[in-house]
Order: sequence, then structure tokens, then C-alpha cells
Amino acid sequence: MSLTRQDVAKIAHLARLSITEQEMPVYVTSLSSIVNFVDELSRAQTGDVLPMAHPLDGQHQRLRADEVSESDNREKYQSNAPQVQAGLYVVPRVIE
Amino acid sequence: MLHTLSIGELGESLSSRRLSSVELTRHFLARIERLNPALNALITLTGDRALAAAAAADARRASGEKGPLLGIPLIHKDIFCTDGVRTSCGSRMLDNFVSPYDATVVTRLKAAGAVMLGKANMDEFAMGSSNETSYYGPVKNPWDLTKVPGGSSGGSAAAMAARLAAYTTGTDTGGSIRQPAALTGVTGIKPTYGRVSRYGMIAFASSLDQAGVFARSAADAAVVLQAMAGFDPKDSTSIDAPVPDYHASLNAPLAGLKIGLLREFFEGLEARNAALIHDALKIYRSLGAETVEVSLPHLPMSVPTYYVVAPAECSSNLSRFDGVRFGYRCSEPKDLLDLYTRSRGEGFGAEVKRRIMTGTYVLSAGYFDAYYLKAQKVRRLITDDFRAAFAQVDLLIGPTTPTPAFAIGAKIDDPVTMYLNDIYTIGANLAGLPAMSLPCGFVDELPMGLQLIGPHFSEAKLLNAAHRFQESTDWHRRSPRGYE
Repeated sequence: MSLTRQDVAKIAHLARLSITEQEMPVYVTSLSSIVNFVDELSRAQTGDVLPMAHPLDGQHQRLRADEVSESDNREKYQSNAPQVQAGLYVVPRVIE
Repeated sequence: MLHTLSIGELGESLSSRRLSSVELTRHFLARIERLNPALNALITLTGDRALAAAAAADARRASGEKGPLLGIPLIHKDIFCTDGVRTSCGSRMLDNFVSPYDATVVTRLKAAGAVMLGKANMDEFAMGSSNETSYYGPVKNPWDLTKVPGGSSGGSAAAMAARLAAYTTGTDTGGSIRQPAALTGVTGIKPTYGRVSRYGMIAFASSLDQAGVFARSAADAAVVLQAMAGFDPKDSTSIDAPVPDYHASLNAPLAGLKIGLLREFFEGLEARNAALIHDALKIYRSLGAETVEVSLPHLPMSVPTYYVVAPAECSSNLSRFDGVRFGYRCSEPKDLLDLYTRSRGEGFGAEVKRRIMTGTYVLSAGYFDAYYLKAQKVRRLITDDFRAAFAQVDLLIGPTTPTPAFAIGAKIDDPVTMYLNDIYTIGANLAGLPAMSLPCGFVDELPMGLQLIGPHFSEAKLLNAAHRFQESTDWHRRSPRGYE
């Protein structure tokens, strides 16, 4: 199976990735070859095998007590932000 | 020479006051200054912090404290968050990211008195098998500077092979510790999934990622893993089970140990590489182990299974990089969509974008059942094969990689060929099993690795089997020319 330019553009949009004109043909070719490669899976007889999401069977999701465990580190965390103002993250206007 | 000593020997010198941690740290920092420019194994140097940590370790020793890692220098893979130190994950996306906290692995080793010399180069977001996808350029293999060191923990492996630290840390999602360990002639261990905390270890594929160690020997790796392993409430898949004393069982006799030779790993393997594995089997037989051939019929499906499961998890994990709260932001975004797409498009490199798109595709409407669900089913078949094998044998053995280190540039333009480098290592990740790579000889003057795979939580047995092998061989003592 071969992916088209339109397929790759759609995937890139879903993944929120801008792809340049130069990159596009490379991704069309390489993603097609990857999809062909993983198509090999269709040959496996899986019948009623249960899908496996986690390598250690029988492990249950732990819960923790609903207690405050973190102190306020807003300034430290926001020191990595591209743009902040008055303790808020700044992004382009969303609502006109 | 200090860099040729084991962790045990260094510890003795430190505790008898023949050596201080500050002296040892200066020795490694001088080696890094001299040797790293040609290797590009480290991308952040933390010399001042290291000397301060070394002085603190010396003070702890002076006040009577003991500990096998107290004052011993290491290098962390740059995937582990380090408080106050840039944590780039090999990506432009995090080139400006100074972590506000320590990963649990870092916290534990700090508590043990480890001295961090710097952060190791790596494939971007741990996606690669050659260390060529790093934003900071490729790492060179100390055995031959025209060859790759393997990946994704290529910087950690090259730094270990060049003896730039007493040990280094790594992570292994599809072979990222074992494959570079094999290609650089060092010892590497990937523990059982959940044995070492993933907290603060930047996520690639959460059901596969596991932290581990590169060391000069299995005995050294045992000491480091002891300090890293254990339950962490901050990691939801951390295993709440006691950690055995890995050092205590290193010398256990191997008489009666049943080792399974993985038939599927020898199909198509070059004769010279297969001969090294058969030599290793002879050593194991001379130590009293029995060897039998076993078959895991679904194992050949492990690479396509992995290249559905891992990209799917990656596409989800990497959605957090949005140019809003941390990391790279494009200049002058015209709206929010433009901010997201250009920050991600410019911040991520080619291979990371390829994997995000592969993952997005296999999870998208209409393809989910055919790819993602199918891969999860095959993952169970592979895991069941391993379980059946471990009902017959104690450990499985085979090569770590199909070939020795290849030339820089040889495979980077063909992702599927590159992915096949992981053909022998991926199975252990899919099944969550612990596995090691040990130096076992040379092909074309380049090191090759012997892989041992064990059942869940068999790290003590793996380290024991590896240590006994290393008592009978000297491959792990070889150093590349110019790095002795």
C-alpha cells in the first residue's frame, strides 16, 4: 500500500506538524515503505487473542490518596515558558 | 590508570583515602576535555557541579559514611531530567529546557553520592539506532570514528567505551542500551519493565521504556542497578517488589543452568558472528550450563509489531510539545494552529516527525484495528512464546545485533533498513523482559555483543551469568586504541 501526498498532508495535520515542500516527497516515500513493512502483521493468525497493552499482566492501576503532595513552583516551572505574563502562559489570540 | 579501575576498586581507593573523589573527578573531566571533541558523546558538561558534588562526597566519606557509589563519577543520558541543568533529549525542541526537577534515577544516584560529569548525546527523543538523529550531531564510535556507536543511547555507550566515566546511564525502548553496548564493546543491562522508575525520564513509548546501565563489567552494572532499582510511587507502572542483592549472587555456580539458544536469531546470521555466539556457548558449557535450542515462532514479527506500538505511543506522548508551556516556539505565530504546527514542525527532527506521523496513521479512524489492535495481539503471541520458552530454560542467548557497527550515513536515508538493526533486541521490550549485552569478540576489528534474556525479575541471574562469563573471558577489558 502506498500513501499519497494528500494522505501525508492529512496525517501531518492530525499530528499538528508543519511539513515543508522539500520534506513532503521524503515522507510520502518513507511512510509508504513503513506502512508496507508493518503490513506483514496481517499474516499473523491472531484469532481471538486478547490485545496486550502492558508487558506485565495482572498489574492493576494504583491509586493514591487525594492529598496535596506538590508545593507551588509556578515561577520555577514558568521559567521554561516561551512567553508568560502575570503568571499566565501567553498564546496568540484564540477568541476574537 | 584511574579510568581502568572497576567501581569496586575505585571505592576501595576512596575509602582508604589513597584517592579523593575530587581527584577522580578531575581525572575524568580531563579525559572528557581531551577525548570528547572527536566523539561528540557528551552534549552538556557540568564540571563545576561535578567538583562540588565530589567535594561533598569526600566530606561524607570523611564523616564516616560508606557506599559503593559515593564519590564515583557518572554521565547521565540526556533523557533524564536533571534539576537546574539543560535536559535536551537530543532535540531542538528542548534545546532551551532547563529541567525544574530531577528524575527518580537521578535522585537515587545523587543520594548514593554519584558525581555527574555531564549529559550524554542521544538520538532525538531516543528514536534511532545510530545516534545520527541527534540535533547535536552524530556520536562517533571510539573503535572507529567513521562508524556509528549505535543508538539511541549512543553517547552513553561511546563515553563508556572511551572510559570517560566509571559508568553511564541509558534507556532501552527497543534495544537502545543493548545495541549500542554491543557496537561499542561495553556491558549494558535493560532491567524488567517497571524495575527502575520512569519518573523524569522523557517518555517515548511508555509501555516499553526502561532505564538501565552501561558499565565496564557485569559486576559494576550490578552495583549501579542496585542503587537505581526499586519502587517509586511517582511512576504508575513501577513494580512494588523488593530488589534482591545483585552483588551477593554474582559468583553463584552455573552448574545445571539451562540456556536456550534462540533458533530464530541465527537464521541469516553471518557465519563469523554466529561463531562468536557458539564460542560463548562453549564457555557456558564448561561452566556447567546445559544448552538447548529453542524456537519462538512469532519472534520474526517483533520488528513490525514494535514499529506500530512504539510510534503509536510516541505520537501520544509527544503531543505535549506544543510550544506553549516549555520548549521551542516558532517565531511570530499567526494563530494557535500555526503556533502548534510550526513549533512542532521546526522543533522536531525528521525521524521524530516520521514516527509521530506513523503513530498518528496507525491510530487513525479506519486503520486502528488493522494496525494498532493487530500489533497488540501479536505482542501477546510474542510474549506467550517467551513464556513457553522460559518454562523449559532459565535464560535465552543469542547475538545482540546482526552486524558490528556500520558506517555513519550508511542507513540513515532508509528507515526500514535502520529499523531492522533492532531485530534481536525488540522482543525483550515487547515482553517486558530483562536483557543484557556483553562483549563477546570482534568481527572486522569491531566489537560484537552476546545477548542474554531472562524471565521477568531475573536480573540477579542475568548478572550472575554475565559475571561468570566475564571471569572466563577478557573481551570486556579491551579498550579501543587511543582510549586505553
